[in-house]
Amino acid sequence: MNAHLREKFAFFILGIATLIVILPILGTLFYILKNGISAINWEFLTQPPRNGMKEGGIFPAIVGTIYLIIGTMIFSLPLGVLSAIYLSEYAKDNFFTRLIKLAIVNLSGVPSIVYGLFGFALFVIFLKFGTSILAGCLTLAIMSLPVIITATKEALEAVPQSFREISLSLGATKWQTIRYCVLPYAWGGILTGTILSLSRAAGETAPILFTVAAFYLPYLPRSIFDQVMALPYHLYAISTQVPNIPKKISFGTALVLIGIVFIMNLISSILRAYFRRKKLW
Amino acid sequence: MVEIIKTKNLTAYFGKKCVLKNINIEVYKNEILGVIGPANSGKTTFLKALNRLNYLNPSYHEEGEILLERENIKKIKDNVLRKKIGIIFSLPQVLPISIYDNVAYGPKIHGIRKKSMLDEIVEDALRKAYLWEEVKDRLREAATKLSGGQQQRLCIARTLAIEPQIILYDEPCSGLDPISTAKIEEAMRELKKHYTQILVTNNTKQAARISQRCAFFLMGELIEINKTSILFTSPQSRLTDDYIRGKFG
Repeated sequence: MNAHLREKFAFFILGIATLIVILPILGTLFYILKNGISAINWEFLTQPPRNGMKEGGIFPAIVGTIYLIIGTMIFSLPLGVLSAIYLSEYAKDNFFTRLIKLAIVNLSGVPSIVYGLFGFALFVIFLKFGTSILAGCLTLAIMSLPVIITATKEALEAVPQSFREISLSLGATKWQTIRYCVLPYAWGGILTGTILSLSRAAGETAPILFTVAAFYLPYLPRSIFDQVMALPYHLYAISTQVPNIPKKISFGTALVLIGIVFIMNLISSILRAYFRRKKLW
Repeated sequence: MVEIIKTKNLTAYFGKKCVLKNINIEVYKNEILGVIGPANSGKTTFLKALNRLNYLNPSYHEEGEILLERENIKKIKDNVLRKKIGIIFSLPQVLPISIYDNVAYGPKIHGIRKKSMLDEIVEDALRKAYLWEEVKDRLREAATKLSGGQQQRLCIARTLAIEPQIILYDEPCSGLDPISTAKIEEAMRELKKHYTQILVTNNTKQAARISQRCAFFLMGELIEINKTSILFTSPQSRLTDDYIRGKFG
């Protein structure tokens, strides 16, 4: 075989592998779209479920999921970004910090049901928040923290070391350097990483199972100590607990959930493009 | 001649490796001190010891004393010291912001907020760095679009904008063409009136052209320091003689 043929063969294998990866995703999306699109209408998006969830809409679950995303962001974004700045810019490199960094990497591999049980034990039982938005958001925040910290750390490390040297050599303090010479160039990466981790949290069922999710609530929550319905749990509930659910309702719910995740990923792409256009190196 | 910097038995290490051995040097006010020597001779470490930039590398530590106007620099806060002793790096390193913002970065850090004052500082610094005429109509454009020589002069302007007493140059012309080099040397000669300058260079001819005194470093030791005219015509050490004749390094 000559070099040219070998190259063709290699590209063929690479192409096949990519196709195998993409096809199931496209297939799933298509299947959900085909079965769920007929359920999507104004009533479905704005009304609570009726008649044992077999009719009506999923409005409380949509609102609940949005509440959970916002609440999770409020807790995890500042905490994750600030601790990542500390870890990658300030903390000395020693055994202890290396241990912490290793722990953070490992935490992102912990199954989400473990976070769910932990959140249940700590927030619901021990801190007596009850099954509530607060407990759910805190659990989801803890789950997304490792990802946010890792993304932020990577974004900070992607800023060339020379920027810090320039700033320090001009007599800036370390904090001024981080504030004016590192963070402006890292925001794009930080925000996209954060949004992606939130969109993952939005689709999680296990962490909210014991901490916040309600099987059926005809009204919207009145405080952060109320339960809410949430899309992933609602989907799980109607698919497994309620007999004779019309197919289009469960697929419609899945479609809305995918839609929300898609919109969040879109926002993250737009932000990334915006920051890339702004950066001049 | 007034002494502005003095090192006493300066010895420096990266980890266990000794990179400077017992350096004793005085630098006089308003002179250009050339520092020459082959690679790994410790000249850049010496330069960055003066404004404590070596400490950005956690494995660095040093012994001995460095005095700035008779005050041990360890007693001065890093950011205050670096405002007094500015540095130009070997590769032109501009921030990915506009030309104006690059120069204004330092003054802003040091608390100057007024637009008219910043404008004045930026123009003044760019003029002193011989760059004003080339960029005055496009101050808001990205600094990264400038040529290498222009970027290096922008770096000089950026350092001038913080009004240091001393300017350190770490092989400032190593990546530049002869014309850009000439412009930078021109700027350095002009700056001599108000600033003390230390020029580390691989180009012995450059040191001969613009320095008043010159130091020769080899393997972390100061071999010889003398008036440039004497060092290049009748060096006392055979090593210096060999180096400036191009026999090694």
